[in-house]
Amino acid sequence: MILLSPIGTLGRAVLQTLASVGRVALFALSTLTHMLRPPFYGREFGLALLNIGWLSLPVVGLTAIFTGGALALQIYAGGARFNAEAVVPQIVAIGMVRELGPVLVGLMIAARVTSSIAAEIATMKVTEQIDALVTLSTNPMKYLVAPRVLAALIVVPLLVAVGDVIGIAGGYAVATGSLGFNPATYLKNTVDFLEALDIVSSLVKGCAFGFIAALMGCWFGMNSGRGAQGVGRATKGSVEAAAVLILAANFLLTGAFFSL
Amino acid sequence: MIDLSSVTKSFGTNAVLRGVDLTIDSGTSMVIIGGSGTGKSVLLKCILGLVTPDAGTITLDGQDVTTQDRDAFLARFGMLFQGGALFDSLPVWQNVAFRLLRGSLKRPAAEARAIAIEKLRRVGLKPEVADLFPAELSGGMQKRVGLARAIAAEPEIIFFDEPTTGLDPIMAGVINELIREIVTEMGATAMTITHDMSSVRAIADNVAMLHDGVIKWTGPVDRMDNSGDPYLDQFIHGRAEGPIEAVR
Repeated sequence: MILLSPIGTLGRAVLQTLASVGRVALFALSTLTHMLRPPFYGREFGLALLNIGWLSLPVVGLTAIFTGGALALQIYAGGARFNAEAVVPQIVAIGMVRELGPVLVGLMIAARVTSSIAAEIATMKVTEQIDALVTLSTNPMKYLVAPRVLAALIVVPLLVAVGDVIGIAGGYAVATGSLGFNPATYLKNTVDFLEALDIVSSLVKGCAFGFIAALMGCWFGMNSGRGAQGVGRATKGSVEAAAVLILAANFLLTGAFFSL
Repeated sequence: MIDLSSVTKSFGTNAVLRGVDLTIDSGTSMVIIGGSGTGKSVLLKCILGLVTPDAGTITLDGQDVTTQDRDAFLARFGMLFQGGALFDSLPVWQNVAFRLLRGSLKRPAAEARAIAIEKLRRVGLKPEVADLFPAELSGGMQKRVGLARAIAAEPEIIFFDEPTTGLDPIMAGVINELIREIVTEMGATAMTITHDMSSVRAIADNVAMLHDGVIKWTGPVDRMDNSGDPYLDQFIHGRAEGPIEAVR
């Protein structure tokens, strides 16, 4: 029996994990159906667009510009080892658009938006505001979840696009300002090197990461425990889950787009 | 008429409701009393469908509440939550007029605002309060706003969950009076859960005592003091000795 105990523990953990995955999948499905069926809450959707999109621009911009600049320095230093310093524009462009732009924006959204959504909805649950919504004939999935997830689906790809451009601009500023690159040549190399698939993959990743970030915030908020500790756990869990799922989704999407 | 028959509800191994039988006649005010953690709020949430009972039936005017159209069913109810449960992100008037700004009862914003201000006045709050946010209000004012929201759509049935908890005695008295006046004025059916005996005496037509998951006693409020029920006697006199264990 003692020998079987670890196996039992492992089995229970696997079953619990599978059950959680199933519940999250059903929640996601329910969210998608609520996004398509009326009533629609325009004010909630507008506020979510503002909060997730417009108010995230500063953190996205700063993250992208520093990352682009650092990337240019790294590629220049690394490329110098085999006389390939000239590839800085191309590698900065491809690195930002295909990988760093979407992933960093996704992680920043997980940190800023997922946590905020989870804490807000969890607090609403703890203070009976969710119950109040139900008694006022308002479905919380439609009023709280669907507008936030739809807004993230729409606005995060735009943030990724902005992050890509600012990241490339950061690389451009460093390369032309301190590494001696010609500005016109740098821009031409960047534009010539990028393909449509690079940009499409970046935007698709943005959609997926936005969906994951908002969904995790809503899921953990709606399923939070009681009291301040419950809100804290929901917030922490949402950010952890969103970050890991974004990185996992990035791996899968990168494989799907570029392993052919 | 609301009728509960053999309603049970457990959370894990904790059997909160063990077979509740209770009838609330239309147009009367029923107050459910009982110690903390005896399942009063769970009972109320079972009626509203916020919690699904494990067994038993709950009917409203003879119809099973689980088979009714959900929106139409909830449109008949108003509810005052223990902590107010006001929406932080909305100003007071939008909280009060929440139901009037969306769904089947939707009206133009100006009309909804006018109704909200009228309901605020009804609960003793000035029109200036309408544009404040809930966080800017005191606990007593939040309770009044919650009360205004509960009556905004003029429901047939109003539930009050611990309406005076956390309020000073004067404010508690004001809220009790308001509830009594509003219920009488609207001719509504009311169900209040509380362990505040001053609320019971001010609000109730009938009283039911919930203990250990069942209704131990029910009857008119004027028979409460001479019920002869040891559980009710201990509870209303606040005695530590008696059939109800002081440490639960």
